[in-house]
Amino acid sequence: MIAIRFLSPVQQRFDKLGVVIAALGLFALYAQPFLASRANRIVPGEPLMIWQAPGAGGWPMMAALTIAFGVLLFRTAPIVRLGTASAALLGLAIAVGLGASSVLSPGDSFARISPGSGFWLMGFALALAATDGLARLRLGPVARLGVLVAVIVAVVAILASGIWDDLAAMREYQSRSAAFWRELNTHLFLAFGAVGAAIVVGVPVGIVCYSLPKVRGAVLGVLNIVQTIPSIALFGLLIAPMAWIGANIPGASALGIAGIGVAPAFVALFAYSLLPMVSNTVVGLEGVPRDASEAARGMGMTGAQRMAEILLPLAFPVILTGIRIVLVQNIGLAVIAGLIGGGGLGIFVFQGIAQTAMPLVLLGAIPAVAMAFTAAIILDAGVELSRKGIA
Amino acid sequence: MIEIENLTKLYDGRAVVDDVTLTVPAGEIAAIVGTSGSGKTTLLRMINRLVEPSSGSIRIDGRDNRDVPAHELRRHIGYAIQGHGLFPHQDVARNIATVPRLLGWDKRMISERVDELLALFQLDPAEYRKRMPHELSGGQKQRVGVARALAAGPSVLLMDEPFGALDPIIRHKAQEDLLDIQRRLGTTIVLVTHDMDEAVRLGNRIAVMSEGRVRQYARPEEIIAAPADDFVLAMLGTGDRAFRLLSLRTVAEALEAGEAEGTPIVDTASLREAYAEMLWSRRAALPVSRAGALVGRVTRAACEKAATRQP
Repeated sequence: MIAIRFLSPVQQRFDKLGVVIAALGLFALYAQPFLASRANRIVPGEPLMIWQAPGAGGWPMMAALTIAFGVLLFRTAPIVRLGTASAALLGLAIAVGLGASSVLSPGDSFARISPGSGFWLMGFALALAATDGLARLRLGPVARLGVLVAVIVAVVAILASGIWDDLAAMREYQSRSAAFWRELNTHLFLAFGAVGAAIVVGVPVGIVCYSLPKVRGAVLGVLNIVQTIPSIALFGLLIAPMAWIGANIPGASALGIAGIGVAPAFVALFAYSLLPMVSNTVVGLEGVPRDASEAARGMGMTGAQRMAEILLPLAFPVILTGIRIVLVQNIGLAVIAGLIGGGGLGIFVFQGIAQTAMPLVLLGAIPAVAMAFTAAIILDAGVELSRKGIA
Repeated sequence: MIEIENLTKLYDGRAVVDDVTLTVPAGEIAAIVGTSGSGKTTLLRMINRLVEPSSGSIRIDGRDNRDVPAHELRRHIGYAIQGHGLFPHQDVARNIATVPRLLGWDKRMISERVDELLALFQLDPAEYRKRMPHELSGGQKQRVGVARALAAGPSVLLMDEPFGALDPIIRHKAQEDLLDIQRRLGTTIVLVTHDMDEAVRLGNRIAVMSEGRVRQYARPEEIIAAPADDFVLAMLGTGDRAFRLLSLRTVAEALEAGEAEGTPIVDTASLREAYAEMLWSRRAALPVSRAGALVGRVTRAACEKAATRQP
């Protein structure tokens, strides 16, 4: 029996996701404030519609955005969707900066202009359209890295041009730029350092678990329990033992080991990283084709040669997937370190929450999200490329 | 030469290989046939010590195989397995070079050896050296697998169902290539298979195994003509034993003087092929050619005589 499904003309013409994107975008454009203006950092904001901010481009910009959402509404080629969404995002990014400058009276250093819900919703809708277009294009790993580089170049160019300098989050940055870079460094050290330590420890432990099935259950069980401890609780639990080590082990305090600070944050992130590293190493090694591993033994490789030349290279894509999981997880989790004096971008997030200063929260949160995203894209491409080498 | 003496392997007190004694003369192919679970693979794997025996001994070219560490022993014994076992992340050249590299040969020698082996297995070195295993056909993978096993020029080659994953046409070709290469190199081969036809085609001697014991170890014609027990008979099947005997003899062995009608048959063909051709073309005899010249004939009567049970 042949089933024939008739599409109504309406179904054929409209893109399913496009309907949602267009509805959300047009609602945000016409019914939500594009900017929020505050007389100083902490008072509640006044909503400003896009047409109330002359610098945002006025009617021509609104017309352009309306047309863009109109294009996304209909079925079109993925490249058209990606192009439209990217152009609209770029326009939006410029409009928000120029719009903010235009409503600020010259010389007023107390007033704060932030992007409003209209901007965020449109940004979300367009980002969704762009990623959807990218996914439908089915780009190879190298092309995806190319897109990532293009996005980074665009963001750096906008930052360097000073278009965003009058936005509240950038004002927060300007008043603490030295602290920002210092905490960004700490954040990267925490996230990457813990991953590095987890690789150095986790891969050998994974190899031992693979070789000795009796050890495996115990090790993975303990790591599983660590993984289930809520992050804030784990940071708290580490205060007592780390303080004891700092106080009683000679030289430990000189290394900065104490109950609070960078050391317990590092240890906690490391502990969270271990399970994915160990279990991905074990799963990767177990996934090596049996006949390849048998042949290696039968041809006279020693255990170490077989591990180094056959098993580890063949398990590499799965181990790299583990590194990806752990790195993305750590970049996010390192924000919590701000709570226990460990530094990192979390400092701005928690200061911002305490002062109800959302722009300051964003100054901490947006770079962390951007770094996690970048790491995910780069490592995903790496995993795909390494799989190709094996196929 | 491989001498296996009173070899036993126990797993949990149960004998998987039970007091096996057999000798494979140098330069011969011994085929070990049996059903799954008969212990044939365990027996093979004890030769290169992938499995350590519970008791008994194995001597290869007069030396006990426990004289050197297991991994060094294995570097001097070729090993080819079902599904080829190529390393999927290394190209053909590197796969073949595995054992020479382990033995520390220098680079130029390894490279020359790789080219030599590829040529021997009818794979153009220029085209195939850099191919990855997934870019090869099933038959090519199998050939590279055997080439890799022979890379360091071992005097002994162990093969565990090497043709098991190939389709029938390619399998037949692979078997002929193996025979050809074995005749050229004079390698002693022990080959495990569950396929009696393959054993008859390849083996100079066949060991029939069941429940860990060797039921009969003899030349194929002896096994076909006089199976030692019911199990061996069952492995052989009774339906086509006459044709099996015919397949072991060549036309040259039944050649007689005289003439016959029609297209000639080459003297290296088997009597089975000759007999089939006679039935098909309704002839009582075929002319026989050798190197293009007619040298005599082969008759139905000669074939039938060769196919009957010897007293």
